[in-house]
Amino acid sequence: MINELIEKIQHAAAHSQTLAMSGSGSKAFYGGELHGITFDVAAHRGIVDYTPTELVLTARSGTPLVEIEQLLSEHNQMLAFEPPHFGPYATLGGCVASGLSGPRRPYSGAVRDFVLGVGMLDGRGQHLKFGGQVMKNVAGYDVSRLMTGSLGTLGVLLDVSLKVLPLPATALSLRFACDQQAAIQRMNSWSRQALPLSATCWENGQLTIRMEGTQRAIQAAHGKLGGELVANDMAFWRDIREQRAAFFLSPLPLWRLSVPSTAAALKPEGPQLIEWGGALRWLYSDSSPGEIRNAAAAAGGQATLFRGGDKRCGVFHPLPSALLAIQRRIKHNFDPHGIFNPCRLFHEF
Amino acid sequence: MNADFLDLLRATLPKHAMLIEPEDLHPYECDGLSAYRQLPLAVCLPETEAQAQQILKLCYRHAVPVVARGAGTGLSGGALPLSHGVILSLARFKQIIAIDAEARTARLQPGVRNLAISEAAAQYGLYYAPDPSSQIACTIGGNVAENSGGVHCLKYGLTVHNLLRLRVITIEGEILEIGNAALDSAGYDLLALLTGSEGMLAVITEVTVKLLAKPERAQVILAAFDDVQKAGQAVGDIISAGIIPAGLEMMDTLAIQAAEDFVHAGYPRDAAAILLCELDGLNEEVSEQMLQLHDILQSSGATSLRTAVDEAERLKFWAGRKAAFPAVGRLSPDYYCMDGTIPRRKLPDVLQRISELSAEYGLRVANVFHAGDGNLHPLILYDANIPGELERTEEFGGKILELCVAAGGTITGEHGVGIEKIDQMCSQFTAPELALFHGIKQAWDETRLLNPGKAVPELHRCAELGAMHVHGGQLKHPELPRF
Ligand SMILES: Cc1cc2nc3c(=O)[nH]c(=O)nc-3n(C[C@H](O)[C@H](O)[C@H](O)COP(=O)(O)OP(=O)(O)OC[C@H]3O[C@@H](n4cnc5c(N)ncnc54)[C@H](O)[C@@H]3O)c2cc1C
Repeated sequence: MINELIEKIQHAAAHSQTLAMSGSGSKAFYGGELHGITFDVAAHRGIVDYTPTELVLTARSGTPLVEIEQLLSEHNQMLAFEPPHFGPYATLGGCVASGLSGPRRPYSGAVRDFVLGVGMLDGRGQHLKFGGQVMKNVAGYDVSRLMTGSLGTLGVLLDVSLKVLPLPATALSLRFACDQQAAIQRMNSWSRQALPLSATCWENGQLTIRMEGTQRAIQAAHGKLGGELVANDMAFWRDIREQRAAFFLSPLPLWRLSVPSTAAALKPEGPQLIEWGGALRWLYSDSSPGEIRNAAAAAGGQATLFRGGDKRCGVFHPLPSALLAIQRRIKHNFDPHGIFNPCRLFHEF
Repeated sequence: MNADFLDLLRATLPKHAMLIEPEDLHPYECDGLSAYRQLPLAVCLPETEAQAQQILKLCYRHAVPVVARGAGTGLSGGALPLSHGVILSLARFKQIIAIDAEARTARLQPGVRNLAISEAAAQYGLYYAPDPSSQIACTIGGNVAENSGGVHCLKYGLTVHNLLRLRVITIEGEILEIGNAALDSAGYDLLALLTGSEGMLAVITEVTVKLLAKPERAQVILAAFDDVQKAGQAVGDIISAGIIPAGLEMMDTLAIQAAEDFVHAGYPRDAAAILLCELDGLNEEVSEQMLQLHDILQSSGATSLRTAVDEAERLKFWAGRKAAFPAVGRLSPDYYCMDGTIPRRKLPDVLQRISELSAEYGLRVANVFHAGDGNLHPLILYDANIPGELERTEEFGGKILELCVAAGGTITGEHGVGIEKIDQMCSQFTAPELALFHGIKQAWDETRLLNPGKAVPELHRCAELGAMHVHGGQLKHPELPRF
């Protein structure tokens, strides 16, 4: 299997073809349009190694996320970054390449925080390994994290080792009626109080939070905060994570604004949903990209055109030229012939 | 050329910001790995970012290598000077620029000491989680450059997990902002790439870190074992029970005794191993998990269990662990600290093999272990004044690292490669992997002036080592230049 992939890469390199990386295609909507010959890695699948006491799992990149999550839950463990699937067959490779994390991200960390090592093919068809299956590793540059979120532009992920965590003993979600500004203030001030928060979401006058930990701790925190208990909260958080909640049904372009958690309510017209303790703002708006990006930048953050809209404006927040130049040179180092997912990250490469 | 260059350098800096006399250069001749020493051409101690930028531009124009330096506590020779190079010390960048309590972030100059961050954040009920044992001295810039860890990494992560933003200067003198005050930013994760890059890619002039709320309660338990294997097993048992301790550290007899004699932490001198296991969180959570932890440790065969009765005793238990290196240093004229990481389940085999090697080489070893994350610090005791002993120590150390790699681990968990483990990089990585590393460096520093010769070995060096393996079966050839 790996040899076939290598041959395809070398063929593409020799014939100036471009390759469009694909797992299950669940995140094809995200990032610049895919161009080129479909390069399917979904068949390279299977969990390679998992020893629960090591808190490490290694799997091939085509392995479905559901298969990994199923096995982990049998051992009372989880992917703590709660990856969105965006489709029934979402693969580990797509999860790591897109770098997207779910509701627990500000409290436990992002995908990149849990990636320990990768096996990959570069644009010369070389099989390379970085990082490993241990928690701490500073030998060489951190290529594993560089690959995370690179949207398949640097190479083909073959396998990934991830740190996993125990499932929390219990979870409980609470709801509070409040406006946007009050929600932002509460989410930040609760984070200053060592509460066992594990997810936060504000939309349409309602702030919902999740706490996780031991039974008595959660009860104690509930006592402190009050709020109304949310029934069936697993479904609530899943629908936020998978963007199946009613908020996400709008036909307008969906923007993802990553801002400092304390940023005041953002101006652009359109419905907003806030996650990550205030650090992530989803916005449906057909305001001009420039206006939205300026608003994000003025708040100290960035805006991504997440779904829909006109991608010609660039999906990701533009970089200053000196940074773009470094990114381009890094891309060239991994993929000298420019065959992997051209223009998926930035128009320039 | 040197004289010219030095004149130009002198012209860009205030008088007291530049050292060139040998007696002034001596304090900079090594870092925490004192076996390697070298005087630099000059030491620059800029006070402003603009000065640092001027120095870099000048060095770039004159092709003079630059080695950035924080507090010089690094243990792998990362800040070791180059004879024809300049040391760029960030020691005067000591300002805590701002603490945003509401957003739980701190903006720091790179020379701020690690401990000073938590001290300044304490008034807001916040702290900075990564706590290397060297935290009273080491700088946040050095921490970023090494991706340093501490005794609380298992739960709170390494430096890379606690960073938001860096401001850096490239060798060409360009100032870049990497990351921002939000949780993610567009493009490749350069924040992660710079973390642990050992001063090879850019010079850090500002660091924004995340601060965390102080846990409501922290409680530490000291468990003694009559057998190292049992202690290792207990670590797995704790994790299996679904507990992620804030800290989980292990020490063996020699380390226990050294620490006890040095700081009187209250450790049992006769134990074969101790585990220090700290739980933190809400009061109720800690109470519940403490009960569980007691049961687990008892059934794993702990011979005694002591819970710190108050904050003072808790700090005393940790003081013993944090002083382990200097404590072991008192047992012998010199010690050599290793930093391999292994899958935890391999611990018994690896410790067994280390003690066999210790007997073979006739050199004592004290083991200090970040047990939670599988990061071993065997400390080899030696005397540099005995001819040949340093070489034997290094050879022994090299074997330990190769052992870690063979066990599925790595040659360095947190101290970095520097100059020390440059040869072992050849056994951990293949030539194409090393070539990719060189390409990454060149994406930032095309003419290779930032800390050249460190962290990533030249391919020909590995080839020569490989050849030596075949011919002599011996790793170290002192007659070869190291860089
Ligand atoms: C007793 C003792 C205990 C220790 N315990 C631990 C521990 O528990 N965990 C751990 O991880 N480490 C530990 N260390 C190692 C060391 O303290 C860390 O590596 C620390 O982060 C180094 O910081 P420093 O300021 O001393 O950096 P230095 O030693 O001055 O430099 C280290 C490296 O960083 C580069 N550098 C420094 N500043 C900058 C900058 N501003 N920009 C770019 N590059 C820069 C240097 O070029 C060099 O390569 C210990 C060391 C000692 C002596």
